Amino acid sequence: MNNIIKHIIFIVVIFISGAFMSFIERRALGLWQDRYGPNRVGLFGIFQFIADVIKIIFKEDWIPPFSDNKLFVFSPIISLITIILSFIILPNAINNETDLNNVGILFVIAMAGINVYSILFAGYSSCNKYALIGAIRASAQSISYEVFIGLSLMGIVSISGSLNLINIIDYQNTHFWFLITQTIGFITFLISGICVTHRHPFDQPEAEQELADGYHIEYSGMKWGMFFISEYVNIILISILIVNLFFCGYKSCSGLHLLILFITKILVFIVLFIIIRASIPRPKYYQVMSFCWKYCLPLNLINLLLTGIIILCYNT
Amino acid sequence: MFNKQVRKQEQMVLKILYKKFGKKNILYSQKTLMGIPVVWVKKNKMFDIIKYLRNGNKQYKIDMLYDLHCIDERLRNNRKNLPKADFTVVYHLLSIKDNKDLIIKVAVIEPNLVIPSIVKIWQNANWYEREVYDMFGIKFYGHPNLRRVLMPLNWKGYPLRKDYPSRATEFKVLKINRYKQYKEQNSLCLIPDEWGLSNKKNNMFLNFGPNHPSAHGAFRIIMQLCGEKIEKCMPDIGYHHRGAEKMGERQAWHSYLPYTDRIDYTGGVINNLPYILAIEKIAKIQVTERTKIIRVMMMEIFRINSHMLFLGTFLQDLGAMSTVFFTFTDRQKCYEIIESITGFRMHPAWFRIGGLAHDLPKGWYKLIKNFIKWINKRLKEYNKAMMNNYILRKRTKFIASYNTKEALEWGITGPNLRATGLNFDVRKNRPYSGYDKVEFDIPIGTNGDVFDRANIRIEEMYQSLRIIKQCINNIPEGSIKMEQHLVTPPNRNKMLKNIETLITHFLQMSWGTILEQNENFQMIEATKGLNSYYLISDGNATSYRTRIRTPSYPNLQHLSTIMQGAYIPDMIAHIASIDFVMADVDR
Repeated sequence: MNNIIKHIIFIVVIFISGAFMSFIERRALGLWQDRYGPNRVGLFGIFQFIADVIKIIFKEDWIPPFSDNKLFVFSPIISLITIILSFIILPNAINNETDLNNVGILFVIAMAGINVYSILFAGYSSCNKYALIGAIRASAQSISYEVFIGLSLMGIVSISGSLNLINIIDYQNTHFWFLITQTIGFITFLISGICVTHRHPFDQPEAEQELADGYHIEYSGMKWGMFFISEYVNIILISILIVNLFFCGYKSCSGLHLLILFITKILVFIVLFIIIRASIPRPKYYQVMSFCWKYCLPLNLINLLLTGIIILCYNT
Repeated sequence: MFNKQVRKQEQMVLKILYKKFGKKNILYSQKTLMGIPVVWVKKNKMFDIIKYLRNGNKQYKIDMLYDLHCIDERLRNNRKNLPKADFTVVYHLLSIKDNKDLIIKVAVIEPNLVIPSIVKIWQNANWYEREVYDMFGIKFYGHPNLRRVLMPLNWKGYPLRKDYPSRATEFKVLKINRYKQYKEQNSLCLIPDEWGLSNKKNNMFLNFGPNHPSAHGAFRIIMQLCGEKIEKCMPDIGYHHRGAEKMGERQAWHSYLPYTDRIDYTGGVINNLPYILAIEKIAKIQVTERTKIIRVMMMEIFRINSHMLFLGTFLQDLGAMSTVFFTFTDRQKCYEIIESITGFRMHPAWFRIGGLAHDLPKGWYKLIKNFIKWINKRLKEYNKAMMNNYILRKRTKFIASYNTKEALEWGITGPNLRATGLNFDVRKNRPYSGYDKVEFDIPIGTNGDVFDRANIRIEEMYQSLRIIKQCINNIPEGSIKMEQHLVTPPNRNKMLKNIETLITHFLQMSWGTILEQNENFQMIEATKGLNSYYLISDGNATSYRTRIRTPSYPNLQHLSTIMQGAYIPDMIAHIASIDFVMADVDR
């Protein structure tokens, strides 16, 4: 019973921080774009997200009559659930020892793979040409990037000898941060992380200026809200993963500093996500694809090969 | 002014035409104030003559079909010596190399309202002829797709004919029932064959617009897609039509001014100028030097304002979301000046026939001085942060490029034409309103691609700043209004004591000024290309025909050929780089 309450609290915290992310993003964008952003609700507009959530909940839940109803409703649910489930493998106060921990990183990658279906279904079931193009883009892009989101982490796995996040953090704590040895892995994981979250400049499936919001063009109200929150939760997830995998997670120091430092490290990457969105133009769809296959994939393979050779030499 | 040079040119044209077609086919050479030879030709020889002028002869080479419009002559009082006509179709041809114009007029007589189409000679005649058909009901045989272009497809009547009322109160009350709604909606449904698109390949048709975030207004493109590749596309306009030309025939000379502002709504006072200059020529008014320089200064501020809007939205369409906020801050700086000088923001209608609305306010000098400093700094930033960005260059270099020949074929003007490497700027080539007194360069591009089109506009802003700098330092003293009975109302003191003056004052204020009969034309370099007004005065308080040739209209038409085989993101980049305003297209 105690455990269930803990889990519920955990999920609620994730939701709230996901919704709160929208406030952070809007204020940060406002700061960099020479304007205010939402600053009316509460101190500095801090309760803006509550107003937004209330608005989204009470908005009419409309399903377009021409759409494929079941898939249409189903797809945002997939999107949210896969991402929430990914949080299981993160070391936290609730679960230190579960069986899933041994699958670790693989589970996250698998969930990211399933997550694509939500977009594919959303685009397909909307019966809208823009949504369809968005869905096609999303699936092609995800397939390309999933090839090396795994590869970029294999260096870490082979050095630490485990898929378990706790082991990886421990290894970093006793030896060195993986940022130092796996710099290429870090950069490509960051890029594919942006890609997996469909954030600018890899927001090809949405691409407001081209596809007028792509796969969720027909969505409104809470169903749209689910896509929206899952995007932000996904950003938090990827940021936590980056910190855990390359920046020694929560173990670099002790006490209260531990928590503050951990959160600061995560915030840095969240802000990085936003600043990338604010600063660069969007490349073309096939430029993104060719960047993936021509640069990222070979680089990762070389990285993995070198890591393997070094481990082999070191061990013998 | 019908001076020697024009006469010489006219003689030359006539000589060439007489030699080839004989005297009986060339009907009349009309004398107007336009400074352009106007030649009336026979209808059945028109096609051959225009074809000959474009391709056949070596002495006089015409590059561009600048404008094609029509005049309803049936109610015109002053038609002395003109050949008999119910409608006159006007072909305005432009020779870039010689920097000369030629107007060819063809009479059409009821009930035989048919004339050969010249789409085979110039492709951009396509929309122009559709517009003439739409507005006057004149049919063009040989036209590939003669349908309404600005009005809805189901519209009844031909709006620019003189027997068509211009006020809604003269019609029956419009009621829309379900049947009518159905009919209108069905007329908007896509039938690929009507658009010249084929359905054989089983491709997807994507309806881009009329409401799309990147369509910059109510603009529709129908795309035939294979994956994301555009096999064929057809632009469609007419969702923003307000009947500006019809209003011109309704409003008095002075009171039409505010309407001109709203043609290209980013251009502000630049729109006033061609209209005002055309009238000033008819009324034989010479404005003061001070007026001229202030006009130039205000227009260049508006040019910067318009180009800033372009830059922001262009970069936003390429996915860079931040720049647009910065350029809008810059536009606010522009508006601060405009507001303090004119008392209005977007549509000041500040120029007046024969002068300006009022003199410059106190403290204007410092305001503009600060503005120049600010914009200079910002332009450098934009260049550094955006135009040199690797992703942006990759997305825009060699995308949607066309060469000078294609540009002239489609009647493209302004920065879009200069991006192809052709140096043609009316401010330099045919100086008007004091542009001959300021020094500036004309930036030209090389590739005619999306990047060049954007880059040229940034360079133009630097040049505009240069012009403004010269203006603020060299404004001559003097009056900003002409003491002329057509322009300024009589002196108030005299008016109160003298009955004759009172009558004149009353008539001018209630009916408006009456201009003597004539035809006139003025072309200027607006923010988006060549903008011109063709005014016919019939000795009345209103204009008999107001033809507004806007740059955005032909600038859009070439989409169908240039974008063939490109991808959707290229299309977005291209239409962002054209810099059009739908109000400017549909009028």
